[in-house]
Order: sequence, then C-alpha cells, then structure tokens
Amino acid sequence: MHIHLDDQYHVGSTFIHRLDPRTKVIIAVLFILTVSLTPFGAFVGYIALFALLMTITVLAHIDPTYVLKRSVVAFPFALAAVTLPFTVPGETLATLPIFGGLTISQEGTIRLISIVVKSWLSIQMAIILVTVTPFPAILWALRALRLPSPLIAIVSLMYRYLFVLFDEAMRLLRARSARSASADGSRSGGSLLWRGQVAGRMAGSLMLRSFERSERIYNAMLARGYQGQLLSVAHSHLRPQDFVVGGVAAASLLIILLLA
Amino acid sequence: MHHKIEVADLEFSYPDGRKALHGVTLSVAPGEKVALVGPNGAGKSTLMLHLNGILEGKGSINVAGLALNKTNMGKIRAAVGLVFQNPDDQLFSPTVFDDVAFGPLHMGLPEPTVRRRVQDALAAVGMQGYIDRISHHLSIGEKKRIAIATVLSMQPEILVLDEPTAGLDPRARRQLINLLRELDMTMLVSTHDMPMVSELFERTVIMEGGRVVASGSTCELLADPALLQRHGLEL
Repeated sequence: MHIHLDDQYHVGSTFIHRLDPRTKVIIAVLFILTVSLTPFGAFVGYIALFALLMTITVLAHIDPTYVLKRSVVAFPFALAAVTLPFTVPGETLATLPIFGGLTISQEGTIRLISIVVKSWLSIQMAIILVTVTPFPAILWALRALRLPSPLIAIVSLMYRYLFVLFDEAMRLLRARSARSASADGSRSGGSLLWRGQVAGRMAGSLMLRSFERSERIYNAMLARGYQGQLLSVAHSHLRPQDFVVGGVAAASLLIILLLA
Repeated sequence: MHHKIEVADLEFSYPDGRKALHGVTLSVAPGEKVALVGPNGAGKSTLMLHLNGILEGKGSINVAGLALNKTNMGKIRAAVGLVFQNPDDQLFSPTVFDDVAFGPLHMGLPEPTVRRRVQDALAAVGMQGYIDRISHHLSIGEKKRIAIATVLSMQPEILVLDEPTAGLDPRARRQLINLLRELDMTMLVSTHDMPMVSELFERTVIMEGGRVVASGSTCELLADPALLQRHGLEL
C-alpha cells in the first residue's frame, strides 16, 4: 500500500495558471496583507475582497464551491477569538445567566465576526494559490523572492518526505496489527499502560528511522556536490501580462483598503 | 583516460567503534565493469561511501587519477556517480527535473547546459517523458532509473551503484540490466543478484567481514562452488 500525495494543483491553462509563480505569490501575499489591514467591522470591504476572490476563481475556471468547502479548515483556528464578545468592553447586547451574569458586548461580537471572516478570506486566497500553481513552482517562487534558503529547504524536503514518513508509519501500524492476536478466551492486548508503551516505542522507532533516513539523504546530497546551498534553475520569466495582472490586483486591493 | 579506482589498505570504523573495513585493497581498470558481492554486512556499502569521500577512513584512495583529499573532493564527486540503494534517499527534490538538475547545478554549470544535461540523462535511461513528474508518484523501477539519471547528468567517469536490482520486478530488472550494459563507463556495482553478475560483469570481487576475500574473472569465481558456499553466495 502506498499513500499518494494529494496535490491540490488543478491542471489548467487559463491566463491565471500561466502567470509567473512569483506574480501569483506576491498577489496572494498582498491580498492577505490587505485583509489583515482592513479595520474591524468593515463589512463592505470584506464583501469587496470576497468578490475579488470569486472573480479569480471564475477566471481560473475553478469550481467556487471547491474553494468554499476547503476553506472550512480556517474556522477551528478562529475559535481562539471566541472569548472576545465577553472580554472586550462596549455596549451590552445581552447578558448570559451564567457565572453571575456574563455580558456580551457589541464591539466584541463585531471583532469576533471580523476575525472569523478575515481568516476565512485569507485561507481562501491560499487555497486558490495552491490550486492554480504547482507546489514546486511555489517553492521556486519563494526562493526567487529571496525567502531564507533554510526555510525553503525545510518546506521542500517536507513536501517530498511527509508521505514517505506516512508510509513508514503505516507499515509500523500494520506490523503491530498483524501481531495483535488474541488467545482463546482472552482479550487482545494488555493494559492501557502497556498499550501506551507500545505506541510510544513505535513513535520512537519512527523518529529513529526518520533520523537515519535524513543522514542517508544528506549523504546523497553530498555525493552530488551539495555545499550547503540549494540551487535551482529559473522556472519562468516575467512577461508583460504579469505586470498588468499584478498592477490591477494591487490597485484593486489598495482601493478596497482606502474605502473600507 | 584515468577513469580508474585504486583503493589500498582502507580501514574504517563507525563512530560506535564497530570496525567495518579491515584493510581493503581493490582496483578497477578504466572501462571495466566490476561486480562487488558478499553477504549483508560485508562492508560493500561502506566501501562505496568512501569512493567519493562521504566516509573517510584510513588508507589511500585514488579515483579518476586524483588522490582523495579535501582539495580534490569537488572534482572527485563530479567524477564518481554514486547511486544509493534506496531511490527514496537518492531522489530528494520535489520534481524529477530538480533531482536530475541537482548535480550539474551544484557543479556550477550554466543553466542552458544544465537543461541539456537533464534531457540527455533522462534520455539515456529512457525516461524523457518524466521530466515534470513528482518523484513520490513513481514506481520503484522508474525511481531506480531516474536515480541513475541523477548522476549521469553530472557526466561522471565512474559509476558506483549500490544494489541496483534490489526490489525490482523481473521486467524492471531486465530493463535495468540492459541499461547498465549499454552504459559505456567504468562501473563498480554491489549486488546480491548473481544471475546479473554472470551476465554483465567480467570481473567479480567478493567481500566478507570487511575484507576482500576473492577477486578474479566472474566465470572462474562462479565455477567454484566451494568458494561461493564459504562466503554465503549461491547462483
């Protein structure tokens, strides 16, 4: 059995797909920056940003429901802001009859809704970016944009080996299952503590295997002349449409930010 | 034409004190294809890791006309293409192109040359169509051939392969043997695949317990059942 890396990239040939990966990364970062600079409660601005996102999905021939479905992953993180209605002072909306009367403030509620919407908008942009750009191209773009080389090396190796490690973990689990027999009349496995110890040793074994693999990979890199600096060739070159699209996107974001 | 491997009295102990090589002496002539056989733990892989300076033991190593030392390391790594046993260790980049381009790029070659070498190396192993594929999605046979392309792109003088046919199905094994036959280079190949040894290699070196215990023409060595049995080998 073998786990396949579920690449988010959807093959396409729209002009958005054909933009230089650097352009797409910059637009995505500018978008997220705009989202975070938009003040709390500027709901018209949020709608405008959402409209911009939907325009991109339509232009790139992506099914908008795909982006919306995937963007649900943002909500658990927004939970961190769930205490805001109770802690931010302001006009009282309601009082909950617990803890001797917990007040919900209007400012706090607006702030909570804003944070949820903002993180949801940001994650949608990230989803669109990986849907229209192959992951190796994003890595190249980040490198070309002078992101520190160790960071890119970490992401690049993780992209390559995450699922190799996952396969390794699956093999360990299968080996355990294959030997988790039970004798007649007794339950399989021992006490909770014993099971915990088995699981702990498996995690340790996975760690050791990964460590040894990392040494072998490093040797393979050395054997081909690695001297501490990952190099790559240029994937693509900036064309006029990159400047046009980048300019239009930056201008729309600036207008939204100024009006919001 | 140097293309030669000369190892004399090589000794090596792992950091945990386990001694892996007890004075190995070995020479491979230019253009010669030599098989390195012996049981697991004989020191075959350890020896191979010395040939481009990844491990450093005591003794002298001359590769492609250069003594192995710090100053020559870069040249020797370009001259010796070392292919590891597990292609998942050899292929560490996101795409096939990045992996095959890794060696030439790190040799400091200009981009057009790198691209041409990638094309040529993939063509040499019959994998032209795989240039933009993601390594993780390939079969073991495909990975093994691309692993060889990753060193061919450096245009090495000597090819050192660690168990190239391990884990391959018969068809992938056959393709790999044909590929090795077509590659006209000095070659040192460690393997347990004795049928391949008799088919492909004129000379065989047998290692056991960190020593070279026999070396000679493959026909003669394989015709000596007592020798083979003594070192845990069989046809």
